[in-house]
Amino acid sequence: MAEDSIRVGVDIGGTFTDVALEHPGGLSTIKVLTNYSQPEQAILDGIHKAAEAAGVAMATIGQVIHGTTLVTNALIERRGARLAFITTEGFRDVVEMRTENRFEQYDLNLELPKPLVARPDRFTVNERVAADGSVLLPLDAGEVEQLVRRVVEGGYDAVAVGLIHAYANDVHERQIEAALRAAKPEMSVSISSVISPQMREFQRFNTVIANAYVQPQVADYLGRLVSRLREQGVSAPVFMMHSGGGLISVETASEQPVRLLESGPAGGAIYAADFALAHGLDKVLSFDMGGTTAKICLIEEGTPKTANTFEVARTYRFKKGSGMPVSTPVVEMVEIGAGGGSIAHIDTMGQIRVGPRSAGSEPGPACYQRGGEEPTVTDANLLLGRLDPDNFAGGAIPLSSANSEAAVDRRLGGDTELSTRDAAFGVTEMVDENMANAARVHTVENGRDIETFTMIAFGGGAPLHACRLCEKLGIGALIIPPGAGVGSAIGFLKAPFSYEASRGFFQRLSDFDPDAVNEVLAALEEEARAFVTAGAGARETTAKLTVFMRYSGQGSEIPVVLPYRAFTAEDRSLLAEAFEAAYTTLFGRVIDGLTIEITNWSLTVMSLLPAVQKAGRHFTGLPLPNGKTRRFYDAGLRQMVTAAEVERSAIGPGESVAGPAVVVEAETSTIVTSAYSVTGQGDGALLLQRKDVGQ
Amino acid sequence: MSTTAIDSQIMWNRLIAVVEEQAMTLIRTAFSTSVREAGDLSAGLFDRRGRMMAQAVTGTPGHVNAMAESVLHFVAEIGRDNVFEGDVYITNDPWQGTGHLHDITVVSPAFHKGVHVGFFACTAHVVDIGGRGFGPDANEVYEEGLLLPIMKLAERGQVSDVLIKLIRANVREPDQVVGDIYSLAACNEAGDRRLQDMMAEFKIDHLEDLSDFIIDTSRKATRKHIAALPAGSYENEMWVDGYDAPVQMKVRLTVEGDRLVADFDGTSGLSKFGVNVPMVYTRAYACYGLKCAIAPEVPNNTGSLEPFEITAPEGSILNAARPAPVAVRHVLGHLVPDVVLGALHHCIPEIVPAEGASALWNIQISARASDPRSGKRNAEVLMFNSGGTGARPGRDGLSATAFPSGVSTMSVEATEHVGPIVVWRKDLREGSGGAGKHRGGLGQTIEIEAREGYEFFFNAMFDRIRYPARGRDGGGCGGAGSVELDDGEVLKGKGRQKVPSGKRLVLRLPGGGGYGAPSQRPREQVRSDIAAGYITAEQAKADYGLADDQER
Repeated sequence: MAEDSIRVGVDIGGTFTDVALEHPGGLSTIKVLTNYSQPEQAILDGIHKAAEAAGVAMATIGQVIHGTTLVTNALIERRGARLAFITTEGFRDVVEMRTENRFEQYDLNLELPKPLVARPDRFTVNERVAADGSVLLPLDAGEVEQLVRRVVEGGYDAVAVGLIHAYANDVHERQIEAALRAAKPEMSVSISSVISPQMREFQRFNTVIANAYVQPQVADYLGRLVSRLREQGVSAPVFMMHSGGGLISVETASEQPVRLLESGPAGGAIYAADFALAHGLDKVLSFDMGGTTAKICLIEEGTPKTANTFEVARTYRFKKGSGMPVSTPVVEMVEIGAGGGSIAHIDTMGQIRVGPRSAGSEPGPACYQRGGEEPTVTDANLLLGRLDPDNFAGGAIPLSSANSEAAVDRRLGGDTELSTRDAAFGVTEMVDENMANAARVHTVENGRDIETFTMIAFGGGAPLHACRLCEKLGIGALIIPPGAGVGSAIGFLKAPFSYEASRGFFQRLSDFDPDAVNEVLAALEEEARAFVTAGAGARETTAKLTVFMRYSGQGSEIPVVLPYRAFTAEDRSLLAEAFEAAYTTLFGRVIDGLTIEITNWSLTVMSLLPAVQKAGRHFTGLPLPNGKTRRFYDAGLRQMVTAAEVERSAIGPGESVAGPAVVVEAETSTIVTSAYSVTGQGDGALLLQRKDVGQ
Repeated sequence: MSTTAIDSQIMWNRLIAVVEEQAMTLIRTAFSTSVREAGDLSAGLFDRRGRMMAQAVTGTPGHVNAMAESVLHFVAEIGRDNVFEGDVYITNDPWQGTGHLHDITVVSPAFHKGVHVGFFACTAHVVDIGGRGFGPDANEVYEEGLLLPIMKLAERGQVSDVLIKLIRANVREPDQVVGDIYSLAACNEAGDRRLQDMMAEFKIDHLEDLSDFIIDTSRKATRKHIAALPAGSYENEMWVDGYDAPVQMKVRLTVEGDRLVADFDGTSGLSKFGVNVPMVYTRAYACYGLKCAIAPEVPNNTGSLEPFEITAPEGSILNAARPAPVAVRHVLGHLVPDVVLGALHHCIPEIVPAEGASALWNIQISARASDPRSGKRNAEVLMFNSGGTGARPGRDGLSATAFPSGVSTMSVEATEHVGPIVVWRKDLREGSGGAGKHRGGLGQTIEIEAREGYEFFFNAMFDRIRYPARGRDGGGCGGAGSVELDDGEVLKGKGRQKVPSGKRLVLRLPGGGGYGAPSQRPREQVRSDIAAGYITAEQAKADYGLADDQER
């Protein structure tokens, strides 16, 4: 019999499928290798193992929550449906012309990413809706009929429909959808006014195309997953983590798979947010570093910051503009090409550069002894004493310092005449600098002062680098939570049911129309609530309204949170004040004399979660007795230091070790620099504090 | 080398992040569409002598060299003894700034521990500067708007009310222009805060050593690249439309050891209209073109720019002296890289692309009620549009993509919210890419109509209508541009014109030139180009020699 108290979170990543099973006795976590041809098999294996370890029967599992990188991979690897795209005559090439910009100014051989739908598969139809939603050119039923026939005869697996200004009036998209369904009921059809009803045609078209591209295979996979679970006796409902950090039903996910793109990272952010709440932290910067990339996210009041557009599948050194824009709600992350596998080289000016090229897990860093010959961040860490060669990944991978040294000397020594250690220091310092710069720019862009934040670090590489990163950013407190290796899967278990419905609906404050606005909001609530109820049932919910506003004449909007209720004409001043407050936070001032306008409306309905259990916090503690020591290179001091080496399990709540120290565990090591000390917390987390803080 | 060398690298890296942050601050707060949407801006850090140490990658090449020179003018004009904490300096002098009145440059001295250590500078294109408005029709710079000589906008933190009043009284959008000037000053402050943090972290009291390191390293790297080029003298010439008469641009590149000189001797004389280019702007784009091909990865600073010596005879259209009109200097400026790259091709074959559309087809639209008594709101709409780039030695050209400019286009949906216009078409212009082993990038077709009850005026600043982009090594020309009404009436490529209510303006943007003989293009690529509609079946026969039996 299924029990509500037994829930399982499953995250499919590029290398591992992580399972976290929550049960009355605690939490049981498992990592199994991802199975690319049959991803659901790895899930079943993982759940089996986790259930066995926890001593619970499969049938008692009450809820399965799933997130996956498979959708992103399908876009990156371009393994998707054979797709037709239908658009307004005159706009066939929007997805090919992109922004008409080169994202790298100095590369004469630049290639732009190719659209998912090639030109011969892009069809146009004579019709036109104006910016205000009025119909300038009606759709001709006869022409639609002919078009549908061509598409059906073309043998496509899926169709995406994106018409100009369809976010303002979806009538023509609906007509085309109906005609397609009538002609071929089993055809997968996605329309832009449902998938991404936001202004800006390139982003919206691209989003609906991405959705249609992956829809058949995602629906297929989720169908298989559910039936395999049933076969194994798991009758529990299956929910999916979406990019915005909430859960949706598997049915919604099958229709709108583009919402799953960033589900893994979103789970990580929720995981960090949960610790932020448990530790009573209002302002948190989460830092997740793996083998290839590092991700940074702002978490305020226990909620990760979200955005309504992001970019996937960047093709050129993670450079902004080199990927596909997708406009759906998303936990906003800054991602840079810096991880343990990132390769260092010397550029033409004799300077050390790191990444974004990565040695990945095959062949991996030189020290893995699997044929890798190029120096990576992991090699540099090893040479600087920050990794124990005999105890990496719990001793599973023996590391060769000699290989690291040879790789560093070969590629970074030579003309630069750098010693091995200086070169290794240059590598880690450059990568830390790059991550610090990205974090600083992100907080500044959001009008925040980074020194007032606490960092929460997870992912294999983060505990090695987080303390130095805090030194660079002026951050005084850092939390390394337990279970960080399967953070996303745990995060899934902490997420609310939520759905963000959004609509491009243009309003100048000077001619604000409260009735029209209330009508849009009612429609948004109905839409969002339907999706949330599908999963959350009768659970209590809350709603949050975010509108996107700007001064008339500006090209980008800022998000403004408003109270959610019916608006009246008198609310004009409330809207103006809320905008000016948000504008001041971001830009430090307001501008008099300009009209204010609203472009997008977004309403999130989410289920209320039980209050997070507060962690016992300890800021100072009894010093642990001296034991083992080890030497590592302290970047801030520019010298080798003798550090205490402590097992993580040895640091109990309220026990401290002063830096320099290395805290070791099976999955990773935490470096505590000379400027910081570490104290065990009630929930098993480590709190690193700068020694001058709180004294 | 010791860890000090690593520290210098880290600081250099940091400074590039600092100026990037400075630029981002400007993009997010600016009003000017061309700044926000198109990145028509620049931001950088200079040492106290005015040498450029770092410049944001964000931004457009037109400002690269120009701003580097501009700060030297500020240093000379303000005088070292007259620099105080809290000062802010300003100019839009085309010959001391970045080439036309619409670009305002703001320079703020940076102090550390009370000592003057350097300058932050930034430039942005403002929405209006008075005069005739943005267009090529003036005959002297005086008609083009308000000129602010190098002067103090603020002294010791006190903003000059007189200057602000004067600016407000002379421009059409005073709130936005003054707002942009404050944005410029604020972005320098943002950069300064980060600089202070860095100097404290690395415990340095001045920037001179770091500046020497950055500039020397960059100069050495650039000179090394130049020294690797075959010595000799290489020439090229190119005709373009100009305003009232065609313009010939000529260049002679001389490579001698680690020196590279580009001399534009023989180029046409001044135009009576505002397409003339001040030397700073010519230098900026010539340098950009050369740098792309020769030393693309060296960051921009005084050291990496210095080795490129660019000259043009005074009084030529590429070295216009005061009081020549220069408002739309970008049109010819954008064509300068094609000229220098064409010469460089003789020096290093198989590197540089064929000629492209190059000059942007920006269009400023003024929508007006057909009946002035109707009470309908007037609106100004600005669009940025790009033709095709030239094919590369190993690749096709890029369709509808800006080169050399670094701008982006705006969303049609967003544009239609700005003013009462309908863009009926904005798609690739079939058949406009120059034929070649590698095909030139396609131009685009744009159709614009005023909404019911409106008509509109537009300022044309378009080139490559009479003289299309030429191919290279046997490649064909790109399609020439055209400006027409939908009834076939041909309009001018430059100057202010009217599109009556109910008529559509049809712009056909030029394509890029092809590279290599079309007969060498693999037949399956020719066939797939037909299938995609990039070329027509007739072109496949006429230009590529595709035989009838090869069509399928």
